[in-house]
Amino acid sequence: MKLTFARLGNLHIAGKAIFEALEVDVVLPPPPTKRTMSLGSLHSPEFACLPLKVNIGNYLEAMEKGANTIVMVGGIGPCRVGLYGEVQRQILEGLGHDIKMVVVEPPQGRLSGVLRQLRELTGAQTITQYIKAANIGWRKLTAIDALEKLALKVRPFEESRGDVSSALNTALMLLDDADNPKDVACALEKGKTIIEVCHKKDDSDRPQIGIVGEVFMVLEPFVNCEIEKCLGEMGVVVHRSIYLSDWIMEHVVKDAFRVLRKSKTPYELAKPYLCHFVGGHGVETIASTVDYARQGLDGVIQIAPFTCMPEIIAQDLLPTVSRDLGIPVMTLVLDEHSSGTGVLTRLEAFVDLVQMSRSSRR
Amino acid sequence: MRETIGFPRALLFYYYYPAWRAFFESLGQICVVSGETTKAVIDSGIKVTVDEACLPVKAFHGHALSLSDTCDRVFVPRLVSVEKKAYICPKLMGLPDMVRQNCSGIRRILDPCIDMSRNSRAYKREVYATGRLFTGNGRKIHAARERAKQTYQAFAKLLQGGLAPIDAMTRLDLLDTPGDNGSRSSLGISTPAKAENNRPLVIGLLGHPYIIYDSFLGMNVMERLRLMGAHVVTMDMLSPQVIEQEAAKSKKRVFWTIGRKLLGAGYYFLKPGIVDGCLLMSSFACGPDAFIGEFLQQESIRSERQVPFMTITVDEHTGEAGVLTRLEAFIDISERSMLR
Repeated sequence: MKLTFARLGNLHIAGKAIFEALEVDVVLPPPPTKRTMSLGSLHSPEFACLPLKVNIGNYLEAMEKGANTIVMVGGIGPCRVGLYGEVQRQILEGLGHDIKMVVVEPPQGRLSGVLRQLRELTGAQTITQYIKAANIGWRKLTAIDALEKLALKVRPFEESRGDVSSALNTALMLLDDADNPKDVACALEKGKTIIEVCHKKDDSDRPQIGIVGEVFMVLEPFVNCEIEKCLGEMGVVVHRSIYLSDWIMEHVVKDAFRVLRKSKTPYELAKPYLCHFVGGHGVETIASTVDYARQGLDGVIQIAPFTCMPEIIAQDLLPTVSRDLGIPVMTLVLDEHSSGTGVLTRLEAFVDLVQMSRSSRR
Repeated sequence: MRETIGFPRALLFYYYYPAWRAFFESLGQICVVSGETTKAVIDSGIKVTVDEACLPVKAFHGHALSLSDTCDRVFVPRLVSVEKKAYICPKLMGLPDMVRQNCSGIRRILDPCIDMSRNSRAYKREVYATGRLFTGNGRKIHAARERAKQTYQAFAKLLQGGLAPIDAMTRLDLLDTPGDNGSRSSLGISTPAKAENNRPLVIGLLGHPYIIYDSFLGMNVMERLRLMGAHVVTMDMLSPQVIEQEAAKSKKRVFWTIGRKLLGAGYYFLKPGIVDGCLLMSSFACGPDAFIGEFLQQESIRSERQVPFMTITVDEHTGEAGVLTRLEAFIDISERSMLR
């Protein structure tokens, strides 16, 4: 069996570590390119959201490399991601591929189903091995988040353009190579140093922009036209509302172990504008915007895939949040036709606007 | 206190208005329905919503705005779920928030939250809370609820018997409000005459109720198909058992109520020998339909395209002539497959 899974930011580093610790052969899809996007959109429904299309592209490219089993997460709605597995299975089978699709449904308090599926995938493994795998996976995940967070902080102050991005890449490579918890900690420290040395001596005040929106679009640089890098290189300090480890803690771990209560904060923050769960990340998008406005950030950018239902609701409500709390908000709706240049132009215009409103406030 | 409650003629009005009206009338309130969808209604909706919102949601805003002057309250329910473990559509879950913020002209919004996804207790509580806005008498609310239930059952029976929602509402005398004087005849679609010697072409029509039964959004598709000599069957005319049974074929349960209905009806229509052609009418960028359409497309391919299957997508720019041409072509192909 050769296992593969869709790419999402740098999640593959942790994913690979987990499955390799369970002695499963992993074939990673190659980093997404234009070809991935074309393959994906060619075979997906036109009005499906972009993540589904990119996933399909990932799978097809991984299958070219020999993958024959796909693992992905399910869901219980109302967001469409819960049906991704079924749609994708039918698309791939329709194309004549003989592929096994393992869809891990949210445990909703019962872990037995998930464990059974994992057993099926990995062959019987001892419980210690599962714990070991989860341990290294989680450590790598939090390390990825720490490195990415640091890169966002340092990038606006880098000596020459691109320093931080290449330092981050090196750091992630070190992390990828680490294969036990001690090495992970070592790689993290080394990575942090590599990124920190890019910081030039300059503490001038920089505009601060928050990124909110749909999880995949926020986390995957390929589909958001490297928005963090673009903004950072314009000298903007970027605050990202979603980190993988937080997301997994909230939506996977707390779903598996019901004793841990899910956070109610997003609902409280979003309350005046959106009073009900709307699936996906809709409430969190509004909540993070409110939170960023209160923290005194200079602007917020929402990123959503075209036709994303929860984000459309948020997009509809964000102008009111923006007016009420006096924070500029821009929405970027992206799909397979979006071009980096188009996005860059809009970002530049937005940063100009943010800077003007900053100087007028002083 | 007697209030006028306005009901936008959009979204799930087509399924639940009879129940809503029975409930509020029993409580002594006056129910008013907005007029039929027109270009002007859509335009006023488009002005206040984001581009990305779907056409039915834009139309809903237009209808709600048209009621703002004449009504004390506009009814914008938060329809989260009408059955266990299934939702309708995320957009309906956020609808009251959207209307409240987009339509500042509307004085008061009546937005009960209807959520039966876990159990019906919260729903019952919400019904009583809504009733209590108008009366302090719990027994009266209970009676109103019972009447709503009965009316809904009578209505559902008429739908299954082959009536379009508007006709069924007219039959039950629920639409005698100003705003639909006589114009309903344009949607006056009744059960067609029994098949004569050579049977008529049978077309299975799929689509969200607020598209196919709205004469403007759905461009009178039922009437048009009938004028072309076809007998039209919609998912609402099928028995719930058939739909449930077919939808259960999906490996993963579809968690949208209407989506599952569409899927079940679609799988049924695509079986050879049931209908001569299957038509899905969908709104541009409709989230659930993107997936349901793909499931049906795959099923159609698997069954070697024995039943012609076509999707028509409508949005605010759709021209009637273009749709007409496609319908004609579809009828031609379906006829050919019938004769085969």
